[in-house]
Amino acid sequence: MDMFKVLEPGIYTTVQDKGRYGYQQFGIPISGAMDQFAYRVANLLVGNPEDAAALEITVSGPRLEVLAEADIAVTGAEFPISVNGQSVEGWTSFRVKPGDVVTIRQVRSGCRAYLAVTGGIDVPVVMGSRSTYVGGRIGGYGGRPLRKGDILSRGEGRLLKAPRRLPHEFIPTYPREILLRAIPGPQDDYFDEGLQIFFSSEFRVSAKADRMGYRLEGPTVPHREGVPKGIISEPSVPGGVQIPPDGQPIILLLEQTVGGYSKIATVISPDIGRVAQAKPGDRVRFERVDLETAHGILHLQEEAFERIRERITIGA
Amino acid sequence: MGEGLYERARFRIAGDRGLLVEYGDAIDPAINRKVRAMAIALGQQTPQGVVEIIPTYRSLLILYDPFLTNPPQLEEALLRLEERLSEIEIPPPKTVEIPVCYGGEFGPDLEFVAQSHGLSPEEVIRLHSEPVYQVYMIGFTPGFPFLGGLPKILHTPRRETPRTRVPAGSVGIANDQTGIYPIESPGGWQLIGRTPLKIFDPKRSNPFLLKAGDLLKFKPISPDEYRRLAEGEET
Repeated sequence: MDMFKVLEPGIYTTVQDKGRYGYQQFGIPISGAMDQFAYRVANLLVGNPEDAAALEITVSGPRLEVLAEADIAVTGAEFPISVNGQSVEGWTSFRVKPGDVVTIRQVRSGCRAYLAVTGGIDVPVVMGSRSTYVGGRIGGYGGRPLRKGDILSRGEGRLLKAPRRLPHEFIPTYPREILLRAIPGPQDDYFDEGLQIFFSSEFRVSAKADRMGYRLEGPTVPHREGVPKGIISEPSVPGGVQIPPDGQPIILLLEQTVGGYSKIATVISPDIGRVAQAKPGDRVRFERVDLETAHGILHLQEEAFERIRERITIGA
Repeated sequence: MGEGLYERARFRIAGDRGLLVEYGDAIDPAINRKVRAMAIALGQQTPQGVVEIIPTYRSLLILYDPFLTNPPQLEEALLRLEERLSEIEIPPPKTVEIPVCYGGEFGPDLEFVAQSHGLSPEEVIRLHSEPVYQVYMIGFTPGFPFLGGLPKILHTPRRETPRTRVPAGSVGIANDQTGIYPIESPGGWQLIGRTPLKIFDPKRSNPFLLKAGDLLKFKPISPDEYRRLAEGEET
């Protein structure tokens, strides 16, 4: 059913879900929500399956006219949100009715927010996912960010009996200085002194920061003497930190498939969400972790999420 | 041939969900054949927890579910499979024929490529459509094939100014590479022709015409034939 008419699209609003898996061998990157934690919570708050499609909102939000009754929740970066001029809170579900206007203004903290709606945003499933891959012009709404006048549909879903909220202690904050845990490799052997510089320096997020990758600025990370600066092009994974010949790191993200520069380290998957919430000018440090530690963190994070799921769905 | 082929796979850690398995350190048909054979063998006998197997020029990127497996387990399974590779039947690669209308509006840089090598356009067409190319890897944009086997005499640098709009199906040359643009995109390759076939069509049940390990042959066609085939693709 028709759910929203886009009155103003915001700077860069796209439909995203868990991601498109299994097609990277054909040059299709994973795409999907950059901050998976905020995205999953948004769905839980409106009673959806965790992998329903939602809107990913970047820096400046949309203005949406409501066309059908539904529950909505906005999570992730902190934005002023209002319904018909009345402000509503993030990380909390609220009911909207036809004719209401939902306005999400300029971000106050963080970078990306997720708007989930009862039944999920309904766009065609392309290769197993509703995520927008803008570079390939597939998925989402016409394979592109939203524009004024677009009509978004939602799937079928039950309205909540009572509003849901994420308890305060679980709401993340988004500091302007972030620490990213990273595992050396796959080409850490292309560096010696560079590794030490990489793991001990502070970098700044440059203006070139999007869903493909975040370019950083800071001290030059040199390659080891005598190794080629490029490698034979190979697929990349989200979080891979590529060092081009200029020595300024690039964190490769969700809309990247192939790269030709050596990768000094890979940000662990639970920390990709921290990158997603970083803006140009924010400061980044990398902390070296080994693979076992990273897998330990992943398990702990899933256990923590399990508790959050219980609190939201049973506690409400 | 086969120079740079490792005796045994080498492993690299690619984050908490990826394992890179290298079979050599060069762009080489024999190394890529080994990659293809391992990808097929793994497709038949997939170790638990493997999410995707991505073939590259000289390696496989294995994406795995860290809740189900880990690199030590995967490495063991991969080495065992590699040892038994000769016992596994690997089907011969498929040869995909790509019809191309060379020159004219479809290949605005054909003249330039011909002139820069002292060849006639007809010779460029013959030289480009003669070889059987190996699809080493797919990536960059959806379905974009990285092809090996472009004759040396056709190696041509990229255009000095990239085009802002290269139509889907364009066949181009950039240095020692030749390839096909699956979707309209900006690009700096020298465009010598265009195929009416859709290399990538998300609406098709199999959206991709090519996969890594395939062989590819270009077949010159006339503008009339181009239009006829293009109409067929639309229906």
